Amino acid sequence: MNEQARTAVRGLWRDAGRRLTGNRIALAALGVIVLVALFALLAPALSPWGYDSLDWEHLALPPGASAAHWLGTDRLGRDLLVRTLHGVRLSLLISVLASLVSLVIGVLWGAVAGLAGGRTDGWMMRLVDVLYSLPYLFIVIILTTLWRRGSIAALLLALGAVGWLTTARIVRGQALALKQREFIEAARAVGVPAPAILLRHIVPNLLGPVLVYATLIVPQMIVFESFLSFLGLGVQEPHASLGNLILTGAQEMESAPWLLLVPAAFLVVLLICFNFLGDGLRDAFDPRAR
Amino acid sequence: MLSYALRRIAGTVPTLLVIISVSFCVVRLAPGGPFAQEQALPPPVRANLERLYGLDQPLTVQYAHYLRGLLRGDFGPSLGQRDFTVSELIAQGLPLSATLGLAAILLAVLTGVPAGVLAALWRNRGADYCITTLAAVALALPSFVTGPLFALVFGLYLRWLPVAGWQHGAPRYLVLPVLTLALPVAAYLARLTRASLLEVLGAHYVLSARARGLGAARVLWRHALRPALMPAVSYLGPAVAFVMTGSLVVETVFGLPGTGRYLVEGAIDRDYPLVMGMVVVYGSLTLLLNLIADLIYGALDPGVRRE
Repeated sequence: MNEQARTAVRGLWRDAGRRLTGNRIALAALGVIVLVALFALLAPALSPWGYDSLDWEHLALPPGASAAHWLGTDRLGRDLLVRTLHGVRLSLLISVLASLVSLVIGVLWGAVAGLAGGRTDGWMMRLVDVLYSLPYLFIVIILTTLWRRGSIAALLLALGAVGWLTTARIVRGQALALKQREFIEAARAVGVPAPAILLRHIVPNLLGPVLVYATLIVPQMIVFESFLSFLGLGVQEPHASLGNLILTGAQEMESAPWLLLVPAAFLVVLLICFNFLGDGLRDAFDPRAR
Repeated sequence: MLSYALRRIAGTVPTLLVIISVSFCVVRLAPGGPFAQEQALPPPVRANLERLYGLDQPLTVQYAHYLRGLLRGDFGPSLGQRDFTVSELIAQGLPLSATLGLAAILLAVLTGVPAGVLAALWRNRGADYCITTLAAVALALPSFVTGPLFALVFGLYLRWLPVAGWQHGAPRYLVLPVLTLALPVAAYLARLTRASLLEVLGAHYVLSARARGLGAARVLWRHALRPALMPAVSYLGPAVAFVMTGSLVVETVFGLPGTGRYLVEGAIDRDYPLVMGMVVVYGSLTLLLNLIADLIYGALDPGVRRE
């Protein structure tokens, strides 16, 4: 039976892979994301400028005005391209890690609620409903007051703490359905304890839909992270994130509009690509959802 | 309908209490109070300050005191802006934020829903592609990008509208903020309405109405539109939460003195009573508007009232 389940899963993944490779927009989006990510990882190391190195000869230089700074510099003479790429790197890092945190919480919460059922399920999901009805960035803002400002660990925890709600709902629905299946009943009948059933049998069977949802969480987390940094509650100067670069750009757009346009363009391209990729994955895993 | 309404209202009160209690606990759990951040105060001064604000009493006493204050509409003193109480600050900022939010939601409904209807009626034609693509782009752009871009284009380059400021609510100054807030909500409403109208137009009762010889306009108006708008109505609750969050950005970008800024400033200054006050106000507003959305939903769809 285990063998059968495995072929079914492999079939699902192979079908999904085929549908995804047939989807040119999603593939192009994936390509752009990989390129930007590689560029962000490698390029700053190749540049003579660091994210915080000052070039007193070139203050507030517009893009293209000097071969030393391709996309210009800010008011302090810091290279904008290098800072933006550092920002992309930090934003991607924070949002991927925060997505992982929220996935772990969401999968466990949803699976426990679905498996336990009854009153426990009712209370656990009631809490999710209450949190859902609140503007969740408020919760993040309250949570950021708990730690020193600008602490990246705090940012991760605060973002992870709110991103898990939808995952928990999806997983609970799946767990409720899985619970009825014979192999769970069999495991229970031979005396496997509930935590082991949860981790060994329920969670692995949930991964497909959860992975699809994960590609939709990452862009959301990029937005949240940039949002907090934009408000001054996230990444702090001299470190660069897309959010605080856009904030500086917005403050100086009258004299130096490129400080706004460059990081905003990177953010918009990343977000649009992630959305296309997520849509492509959803169509690949669940063609009916179109 | 009445018992449905009463049940909904009764469900809201405990939720509000939970929100207040949890945020009270979280805020008080935070290490380092409002007086710890500044240069270390001499211990006696600090003790006096804490006594003044009641911070030296046991948590349960403080909690009871806070709840009693809330019943009177008293949110306590602001620790950051020492000359004001939190209630005064809220009373100053809330009218502006509420105007912005309501105008944005109204604009979003008035543009998003018709756009969705048009897209569904002209399915797979040029106008449909335009609307769905625009909606996708508008949804992908966060307000802290669109806000500054609008200010750059309409304010600095075209010089049609002021870049920032507010001049005591002069409408010209509110156009760009409202536009920024409304854009993603309108895009989402257009998408929702398009999808649900397409589904309804394929339903049997719509086909049978067409078969009875009713004109397309009459079928749309009398039969298809009402059920097709249900998802849009139930999105209004989340839309309010969305607009409230967006108002934090918009008030920062356009320099508007609304309540959204208080939450951010309160968090930065560790002004706990101010943060708590904003949570209570925004929490109860969210619940209230969710309740209203639920009641409208119940009025439109009798099936929801049972259960």
